[in-house]
Amino acid sequence: MLTPDKRLIYRHHKDGHNHTHPHPFSPELETQRSGGREIKVVRRVLDANDMMAARNREFFASKGIFVLNVMSSPGSGKTTILQRSLAHLMPELRCAVIVGDICTTQDADRLSLSGAPVVQVNTDQFGGDCHLAAHVIERAMAGIDMDAVDLLIVENIGNLVCPAEFDIGEDQRVVVLSVTEGEDKPAKYPLMFRECDAMLLNKIDLLPYLEYDVETTLQSVAQIHPGMPVFQISAKSGQGMDAWLDWLREQVRSKRT
Amino acid sequence: MHEMSLAMEILKIVQDSIPADLIDARVQRVNLKVGRMSAVVPDSLRFCFTVVSDKTNVAGAELAIEEVAVEVRCGDCGHQWLIDAPVFVCPQCSSGRVEMLSGRELDIVSIEIEDEEGSDAHAG
Repeated sequence: MLTPDKRLIYRHHKDGHNHTHPHPFSPELETQRSGGREIKVVRRVLDANDMMAARNREFFASKGIFVLNVMSSPGSGKTTILQRSLAHLMPELRCAVIVGDICTTQDADRLSLSGAPVVQVNTDQFGGDCHLAAHVIERAMAGIDMDAVDLLIVENIGNLVCPAEFDIGEDQRVVVLSVTEGEDKPAKYPLMFRECDAMLLNKIDLLPYLEYDVETTLQSVAQIHPGMPVFQISAKSGQGMDAWLDWLREQVRSKRT
Repeated sequence: MHEMSLAMEILKIVQDSIPADLIDARVQRVNLKVGRMSAVVPDSLRFCFTVVSDKTNVAGAELAIEEVAVEVRCGDCGHQWLIDAPVFVCPQCSSGRVEMLSGRELDIVSIEIEDEEGSDAHAG
């Protein structure tokens, strides 16, 4: 992994560094490499998003709302999982959903049948973005009565890469992997599986028809994120949903107390 | 895939960082630190930065990317090591309580601005 196509450009720090390779420039000269005057910046590129996410997080805390960020590749079954989960969680928990897609309101149409307030975000207005950023969540909340919500579920854009990089102010992150995608996905997208707090292995009702080795997936995940809970479910048949929902209820409860 | 958003953020931060008295000066170089565990492809980022900075005072600036290795520490035995594959299990004690010390960076370190008076410093 670790992207062999990433080209390495050495740039030495004026302060100490302990790697050993030839130094064509002395450290004093290297800040002059472009012939210009160097101005220290030291800021995270995602500063603006992180600040907005912190603001969201503060807001959610003040309202006692638990926020779940659900991520996966397209077609893994996020919407079906949420439909079934909402049916079990409501009305005991007051749920709301923000769902992101580049185009269409199909997911929102399906989810709103649950009776939960649903806001669809279409990111083509934001340049066809491949992820939901914190400011998009803030804007979407305007369409929901946040005083009447215990659990806010954010169904992120289907993508195993970019959403992992963007904090939206959530409490927990869940990644969905479906068995039709192949055992190799955790190893291919380690950041996502490292950043998430739990994993749902979906569509296990299809296992008899596939050459999919669950054990290989579990071993791979155990290396990338040791100890992360993995729930094997079928959102279609309902198999394994109880353990997942118990976990989620416990997360919501522990935020309240 | 989100490199375009990142490039736009970088441009904004760079433009905010130019001192008021140098606002007309050309930015020659932007020094960036990118952790190897971040979801960024440097070549895409450079390309997107060229596109978004076009026709601005940052146009033509080089995006110099320093990659940062993934260093981790075991929460149980304290062993510290560099990883080159996504295996977060301690080789010493097999613990999975492993914390990342570096490798998730996506930071702008500095910018370099055209400085006519300072250009002779290059020779020194």
